[in-house]
Amino acid sequence: MHISEGVLSGQIMAAGGVLAIAGTAIGLKNIDYDKIVNIAILSSAFFVASLIHVNIGPSSVHLILNGIVGILLGWAAFPAILVALLLQVVFFQYGGLTPLGVNTVIMAVPAIFVYYVFSPFIWKSYKITFTASFFAGAFSVFFSAILLGSALYLTEKNFLEVTILILGAHLPVIIIEGIITGFCVTFFKKVYPEILPNLQKLE
Amino acid sequence: MIENEELAFKDSLIHKINPCIRILLAVLLSFWVALSTDFKFISGCFVLAFVFVFLASITPNDIFKRLKPLFVFLLMIWILLPLTFEGDMVFTVFSFDISRQGIEYCAMITIKSITIILFFMSFVATMTIGVMGHAMQKLNVPQKFVFLLLMTYRYIFVIGEEYQKLFRAAKIRGFVSKTNIHSYKTYAYLAGMLFVRASMRAKRVHQAMICRGFNGQFHTIDKFSLDKLSIIFFIIVLLFMTIYQWLIVKVLIF
Repeated sequence: MHISEGVLSGQIMAAGGVLAIAGTAIGLKNIDYDKIVNIAILSSAFFVASLIHVNIGPSSVHLILNGIVGILLGWAAFPAILVALLLQVVFFQYGGLTPLGVNTVIMAVPAIFVYYVFSPFIWKSYKITFTASFFAGAFSVFFSAILLGSALYLTEKNFLEVTILILGAHLPVIIIEGIITGFCVTFFKKVYPEILPNLQKLE
Repeated sequence: MIENEELAFKDSLIHKINPCIRILLAVLLSFWVALSTDFKFISGCFVLAFVFVFLASITPNDIFKRLKPLFVFLLMIWILLPLTFEGDMVFTVFSFDISRQGIEYCAMITIKSITIILFFMSFVATMTIGVMGHAMQKLNVPQKFVFLLLMTYRYIFVIGEEYQKLFRAAKIRGFVSKTNIHSYKTYAYLAGMLFVRASMRAKRVHQAMICRGFNGQFHTIDKFSLDKLSIIFFIIVLLFMTIYQWLIVKVLIF
């Protein structure tokens, strides 16, 4: 989910840039040098995982996973996502330099929202874990699509139909992200609970 | 899986320019073009971008390869926008109205985006990520952020290999990707295992770094200084852009 170069208006780029810098500053403040290696290597894992394509019918979509990023990293999701997007610009010319701030906000704000709203439910029973993470995954993509649509709509009112199309096209992605996030978080809980936040609540 | 840094190992005028100056120029020129709404100015920059690509000795083949994702996006825009944009009708196709404003808007986005990506390609894609990180540090980007960038970059390839291993293991056990819960579950566990391995590796890497006296300082072997050529290049490009814009606004009002 990217906005390309040359589409957005100056005001939207400025707003996105300011928000992205603020979020990244908070995120960096929360990271100390003991955690930074962990966050960097997890960011690489997200980068690689977002290249995984899953089938839907005859077509395929790639995973976004900003729900899991939020749950695992909290505020550190902001710098992690900014780094990932910057590397995507350098490697593949996806997105771009000028919309980088807006693209970061589109991905990172839902991640942080999900962290606050859904991660408290992780340590309940497995059913609740699965349900909460399903909604975390689905909601984060839905929220991102809404933010992307708003950025386009605020740039140019004529983008309304395009925005609605984008939201519609993301519906299957929202469900798949939910399912994948649900299974993935349950998997963490069974296999490697140390990776999840708030471990003390388990005891 | 991932493009390597092939453009970084060439020898050209652009490659000789100081990386800090190149990053600054890329950011300045990109925003300059992105914020402009003057078609003539942007078209001029479009030509200028090709001059830079030529100066960086990037082959047409490389350009095309790197512009491919953009072309997909542009194709979508050209199909959608003229149909949905409100404005003066130019002609009608199968009872759909094609608007003039829509076509103009598409043309603007096309030229802008290609121009900015060519700027980026000639100035930034021509350095390795290691050099880029070092230059960012010199430009006062927070050290933690630069560290995160370089470390993430370093481990993408390692984790990428890890993923190939996991996926191969799944394939050997007869996994075929389909549209069903079993496939999604398998992918979820694959991604999950990737994070688990990444996290465990991070622990080992961190311990190894502590053993070698890591204190948050990131040292680099790339050395570069601000030479005359870079400063002159920087000034010439900026002067050219300013004069060009001034000419278009003041003189060439047709």
